[in-house]
Amino acid sequence: MSSNNRKLQYSLAINEALKQKMALDESVFLIGQGVKSPWYVGNTAKDLLELYGNARVIDTPVSENAMTGAAVGAAIVGMRPIVVHPRMDFMLYAFDPIINQAANWSYMSGGKSNVPVVIWGIVNRGGEQAAQHSQALHGLFNHIPGLKIVMPATPYDAKGLMVAAIEDDNPVIYIDDRWLYEVEEDVPEESFTIPIGKAAVRKLGNDVTIIGISYMAHLTLLLANELENDNIHCAVIDVRTLKPLDIETIFESVKKTGRVVVTDVGWLTGGVAGDISAVITENCFKYLKAPVMRVTLPDCPAPSSGVLEEAYYPTKDDIKRVINQVIHYK
Amino acid sequence: MLSNSDLQKLYRDMVKIKFVEETLIKPINDKLFKCPVHLYSGQEAVAVGVCAALTTNDYVFSTHRSHGHYLAKGGDLKAMLAEIYGKEAGCSRGRGGSMHLYAPEVGFCGSAPIVAGTISLALGGALASSIRNDNRVTVCFFGDGAVGEGVLYESLNFAALKKLPVIFACENNLYSTHLPIRECRISEDVYRIAEPFGIRTSKIDGNDVLSVYISAQKAVEACRYGDGPEFIEFKTYRMRGHVGPDDNIQGTHTDIRPRSEVENWSREDPVSKFKRYLIKNSIFQTFELNEIDAEIEQEIHEAHTYAQNNPFPTKSDLKKYVFKQ
Ligand SMILES: Cc1ncc(C[n+]2csc(CCOP(=O)(O)OP(=O)(O)O)c2C)c(N)n1
Ligand SMILES: [Mg+2]
Repeated sequence: MSSNNRKLQYSLAINEALKQKMALDESVFLIGQGVKSPWYVGNTAKDLLELYGNARVIDTPVSENAMTGAAVGAAIVGMRPIVVHPRMDFMLYAFDPIINQAANWSYMSGGKSNVPVVIWGIVNRGGEQAAQHSQALHGLFNHIPGLKIVMPATPYDAKGLMVAAIEDDNPVIYIDDRWLYEVEEDVPEESFTIPIGKAAVRKLGNDVTIIGISYMAHLTLLLANELENDNIHCAVIDVRTLKPLDIETIFESVKKTGRVVVTDVGWLTGGVAGDISAVITENCFKYLKAPVMRVTLPDCPAPSSGVLEEAYYPTKDDIKRVINQVIHYK
Repeated sequence: MLSNSDLQKLYRDMVKIKFVEETLIKPINDKLFKCPVHLYSGQEAVAVGVCAALTTNDYVFSTHRSHGHYLAKGGDLKAMLAEIYGKEAGCSRGRGGSMHLYAPEVGFCGSAPIVAGTISLALGGALASSIRNDNRVTVCFFGDGAVGEGVLYESLNFAALKKLPVIFACENNLYSTHLPIRECRISEDVYRIAEPFGIRTSKIDGNDVLSVYISAQKAVEACRYGDGPEFIEFKTYRMRGHVGPDDNIQGTHTDIRPRSEVENWSREDPVSKFKRYLIKNSIFQTFELNEIDAEIEQEIHEAHTYAQNNPFPTKSDLKKYVFKQ
């Protein structure tokens, strides 16, 4: 198959994955609030309703618990549903079907029944939207056995991971970020998968390893390229899959640099950055030349006031400050 | 019955809400703040009529579209505008924004945009009153969209079971963001959902402030006599976008409301309707009401100036108030 690359934006890469999987597999359907409104899902669901009809592209009443349960149930009986939550904050109503049911289902049935569902949650923050319209809740799901979690940071991965998530026989939490929707890069036209459980090395460098999650992987790479001018050479790893975590790729880099900064779009305490830090310390202790440091949101709900938002969301300068601390640690 | 000064208060409160909402459009368009604002224009009679039946001691919980409820319950105008502008003097000290207004000093317990998220909290307000036997009534405002959430039905059942003094005030404006009600449920009449729980329920013209007031007054009385809860559906319409002045959000045309429908409802504007009623029945003369309009306009103008000139919160105070100080 000839690989025909063209620039595609992140949101349209998701759209292409959905289109292609829905064309190939009639058991794939999309359900959730706002699938026919760009206000909710940007252009990720563009043309789907026209192409596949309202039996397989289902805009729903505001009923997150039941709609998610319905997707899980349909998956149990052989469909491959994608249930979308236009903001992760709204998913909290759906914790029971996701955590009690989907995540435990395979194990509880001794492997006799499984749940091939994609639970897609969009992080939609900033813009003075405050505490209930800004949350990145991947850390909560990361705690739960039985869930796979992917968080693409590039258009290429947004497509490949969506395809992989749909094809996976287990519940996959797919988390994207509206702040990435307009990022563009070359994306193959044909359907392809990014293996779940594989991190991407975005940049090589010997001074420090920066491990980024979702939007923070994006921001970190921009920063790392700038830091070359200051003669600081960062390795950048984009985690891509939170669970199962690609520890080999991480360890390989850490063993070379001995210095690590983990950047996350979630909160500090009990978060994914802390978990990654622990795994590194447990396994690579003798290679470390400095403590593993984290750059995350502070332990604080999202504020409304724009001025407080500036203090809340980590910037390149915040990451740079921590990189310098780690590099100069004695 | 209502005295002339009561009627004047109803008129004043409605005009105030209407003008506040309309004066927010310019600063939104001028990007003086980014905070998403769900304007209450067109629904003024519901908040004002219901809150007129309450005392300051009674409780109100609200939603994302909460400016009207906050003001009608007696929340401070300047503090609300300062909140929307993200200022330290805001009613939530710039931490909550338009969707998180608080005025516990006047019984406005709070608003939050998670659809149906405050319904069970209102249930708790009423539960507390029943335990304390304090004779308060709690009103829970929510939209037709919230009728899709299971927590509403759990709350209805428990409220009925324990005869709690809570009023479920559903503002049916026929839309839940981009979805017309017929795409959310098989019947446009919401009030009947309360029937199987044995809850008294009715459907009221939400654009007629007197009907709203009378229905709320009866419900409040019943709740105070231990004969709660009550469900009231107010039929109404929002004259502005789901969020912001119109529905063409971020360059995307998301308004699916037919123009003729919007025009028909604009003739039902509750403030103009009530003004006509007051004049026609010779309760007030036109010039008297115009004077009130002008006074309120001035008050709101000053409140904007106050809000705009107030300082932002200090960055180093980001984490202040995560816990009670
Ligand atoms: C749990 C949850 N799901 C989805 C949303 C997104 N959302 C915001 S307002 C709204 C519906 C509002 O409709 P309605 O309750 O009728 O209130 P209205 O806006 O008409 O006043 C929705 C679905 C939300 N805020 N919370
Ligand atoms: Mg509505």
